[in-house]
Amino acid sequence: MASEVLLPTSPAEAASAFGDGSGVTVVAGGTIALPDITHGRMHPARVLMLARSGLDRIERSGGAVTIGAATPVAALVDGDEPLASAAAHVGDDEIRGQATVGGNLCASAGETPRGDLQAPLIALGARVRSAGAGGERVESLEDFLAADSSRLVLDVTYDDTPRSAGYAAAWRPHAHHYTILAVAAVREGGETRVAVTGGGPTGRRCPSVEAALAGGASTRDAAATVLDDVDPADDALASAWYRRRVLPGLVQKALDSLAG
Amino acid sequence: MKLNVNGVEHALESGALTPLLHVLREELGVTSPKAGCQSGGCGACTVLVDGEPRRSCLTPLGAVDGAEVTTIEGIGDAHDLHPVQEAFHTLHAAQCGFCTPGMIVATVALLKRLPQPGRREIERALSGHICRCTGYVKIVEAVEAAAGGSR
Ligand SMILES: Cc1cc2nc3c(=O)[nH]c(=O)nc-3n(C[C@H](O)[C@H](O)[C@H](O)COP(=O)(O)OP(=O)(O)OC[C@H]3O[C@@H](n4cnc5c(N)ncnc54)[C@H](O)[C@@H]3O)c2cc1C
Ligand code: FES
Ligand code: FES
Repeated sequence: MASEVLLPTSPAEAASAFGDGSGVTVVAGGTIALPDITHGRMHPARVLMLARSGLDRIERSGGAVTIGAATPVAALVDGDEPLASAAAHVGDDEIRGQATVGGNLCASAGETPRGDLQAPLIALGARVRSAGAGGERVESLEDFLAADSSRLVLDVTYDDTPRSAGYAAAWRPHAHHYTILAVAAVREGGETRVAVTGGGPTGRRCPSVEAALAGGASTRDAAATVLDDVDPADDALASAWYRRRVLPGLVQKALDSLAG
Repeated sequence: MKLNVNGVEHALESGALTPLLHVLREELGVTSPKAGCQSGGCGACTVLVDGEPRRSCLTPLGAVDGAEVTTIEGIGDAHDLHPVQEAFHTLHAAQCGFCTPGMIVATVALLKRLPQPGRREIERALSGHICRCTGYVKIVEAVEAAAGGSR
């Protein structure tokens, strides 16, 4: 069965073509979606391709950084930490040139690692602007990920403010160095936000670690509480047991690299 | 939809969701891009799209309508080898040759961007390209030689 393909040429056109999202499959970079279609794992009736949607811009204005959903991961590699470090470890140069930010936020958990930009964006306090049923909506990335609804991501925004950032990760040496675990930490003003990749099917914020730090705990003691915030799984990269063993040390490393 | 492949314009019949790899191999008979994993993990299908190395198995035709595509056929032939092909040939950087078209187009793009790459830059640029028979020592040496190294 041939699919109907929509190729909007502006963000507004993309939102209206998406409508309430029913029966629409979005293809952005296609690094996950195209093989699914080619190999018959997915049979979309209507496909919305973002290649010409104009959603591929990064804007820094009015005290905020806004990253369009169709921005390639490669465009983040020299940008703000801790997002830059996470982006630099997605796939390889060619994958990063094609893979998009929106695809990274919307990829369902799969057998290979996919959502490595989620945790650093949570740590940056990012908000997601999306279109779909009920019109446009802005919510925190944590809420967006928790809602698991099918909406069209338009962009993500975080405050353009002085910050200190920390990032620590464990990789599995392979043809691609897949990220087993990563910790992103951001300190802005008096607040520290911490989020983890590999602690569950999506990036997760770590409220226990943040509360312990706010209460004056040492980085070591605060890091130990991360096990209350995560629910890691066994997968092809590592076991849940291994992740639980390694994660507190990585959290401490990320926290220790933050400036006072 | 249209593509300019190695300098020749083609009007195409494939659908917008057809991977560029299949358009090249099946509709146009350009067979240097290899169908390896067809999932983005091996680099054998890499071609240049408007000069940038891209995995053709991950690229839907609709996303590159009107683009310029360069495959190894457009880089040099047996009678007129490109310096990168020449280096791969003389330094024995290809055995079965399955990975070679992808390696070479990625190298051509690298050297255009960075004429004198260091070893780390070469390794980074080729890190998504899997070779299962030659191994990487000869390949990296060939890239260094093509970049005008002394070897
Ligand atoms: C060899 C290889 C290595 C990889 N390594 C990594 C890695 O190290 N880390 C990592 O995180 N990922 C990795 N990936 C997975 C993938 O490339 C990335 O997650 C990428 O960011 C996905 O983006 P995309 O634009 O290609 O998504 P697509 O394939 O276009 O889409 C993925 C999913 O998201 C949906 N979608 C896309 N954009 C939107 C939008 N704007 N709104 C709503 N839904 C949308 C699609 O419908 C689809 O379900 C790898 C992939 C490959 C092939
Ligand atoms: S065939 Fe495209 S990356 Fe393997
Ligand atoms: S030469 Fe055989 S795979 Fe590289």
